[in-house]
Amino acid sequence: MAGIKVFGHPASTATRRVLIALHEKNVDFEFVHVELKDGEHKKEPYILRNPFGKVPAFEDGDFKIFESRAITQYIAHEFSDKGNNLLSAGKGMAIIAMGIEIESHEFDPVGSKLVWEQVLKPLYGMTTDKTVVEEEEAKLAKVLDVYEHRLGESKYLAADHFTLVDLHTIPVIQYLLGTPTKKLFDERPHVSAWVADITSRPSAQKVL
Amino acid sequence: MATIKVHGVPMSTATMRVLAALYEKDLQFELIPVDMRAGAHKQEPHLSLNPFGQIPALEDGDLSLFESRAITQYIAEEYSEKGEKLLCPGCKKVKATTNVWIQVEGQQFDPNASKLAFERVFKGMFGMTTDPAAVQELEGKLQKVLDIYEARLSKSDFLACDCFTLADLHHLPAIHYLMGTDSKVLFDSRPKVSEWVKKITARPAWAKVIDLQKQ
Repeated sequence: MAGIKVFGHPASTATRRVLIALHEKNVDFEFVHVELKDGEHKKEPYILRNPFGKVPAFEDGDFKIFESRAITQYIAHEFSDKGNNLLSAGKGMAIIAMGIEIESHEFDPVGSKLVWEQVLKPLYGMTTDKTVVEEEEAKLAKVLDVYEHRLGESKYLAADHFTLVDLHTIPVIQYLLGTPTKKLFDERPHVSAWVADITSRPSAQKVL
Repeated sequence: MATIKVHGVPMSTATMRVLAALYEKDLQFELIPVDMRAGAHKQEPHLSLNPFGQIPALEDGDLSLFESRAITQYIAEEYSEKGEKLLCPGCKKVKATTNVWIQVEGQQFDPNASKLAFERVFKGMFGMTTDPAAVQELEGKLQKVLDIYEARLSKSDFLACDCFTLADLHHLPAIHYLMGTDSKVLFDSRPKVSEWVKKITARPAWAKVIDLQKQ
């Protein structure tokens, strides 16, 4: 099955999202490093794989796609009989679709800004903006309140088993656990237990 | 058969997205207004339907959903045999390509288009003033996205494949608002995009969504 290639950067949250899915499915793949600091992602040939000039991009033989959450969904469906099940049956798929949208529109924009401010900016010699961190933490707290309630009713976000919905949050959570923002996860018992669970999965450990 | 209830308002882009899908599928539904001005969306009972305090929410029998793009996908799959097809026919790879462009609308197009519609259309309605610097910045970003759409639509009749799908439908509400403003030039000045906009906005199901606004 060596037809699968992932083009991305090992530190990129979106790239990690795809790698974790591949590890969950035990699918072989080749990782092609895209040198972001050289602007490789904004130039040909990479930009032919993702016209938005972002990582990752994905290839399965002749079939080429981009957008990490489209890629993980392809992987989950195409390899549904391999590795761990990342989906649900019947109407359970609607709950997964909902969870994917929530992570995408509510969790990730806020979580990503906090990763940018606290983790990436210092790496680039820029200064963390404490006002932004405060504002975004307030927003994240509200999202995590919803997650806390949900995880009081359901073992994982979209079902009683681990699915793509939980998986999509892992890369951002991994970074935030190394910052003061970790407290927002720690102070919510169901969220805290869920975070410990999903970040200790072998697939999650492999991308660090 | 009115087991489907939509909680929302006809002016809301996200509600319009769901209504479009329901009309495309010829489904009976009840639109239950949510009094946004009174903050009903941020209180019970709406919060039990959407804990993020947003509209729309949908009920179909026992199933309760929110997030417009999850709702449209549920409608497209649950009622795949009814009305218009909203997903490309074919194997998993075609489905994945549709998903790429559904993600693109959600991640690349909508963040800019929605903010631009807010600046140009909704701020005025709420007695606020449009910020010209914000408009310029957002139009700059949206132009780059539309250049990519222009290239894509030179190779494909619609975004995901050669038929109309959710990937196109999801754009309708923001495009509708922007085409009534000076930002319309961004769409008109790109021939393939312009043709695509005309095709998707001419659909009968979309006309029904607009009609609801007039009531």
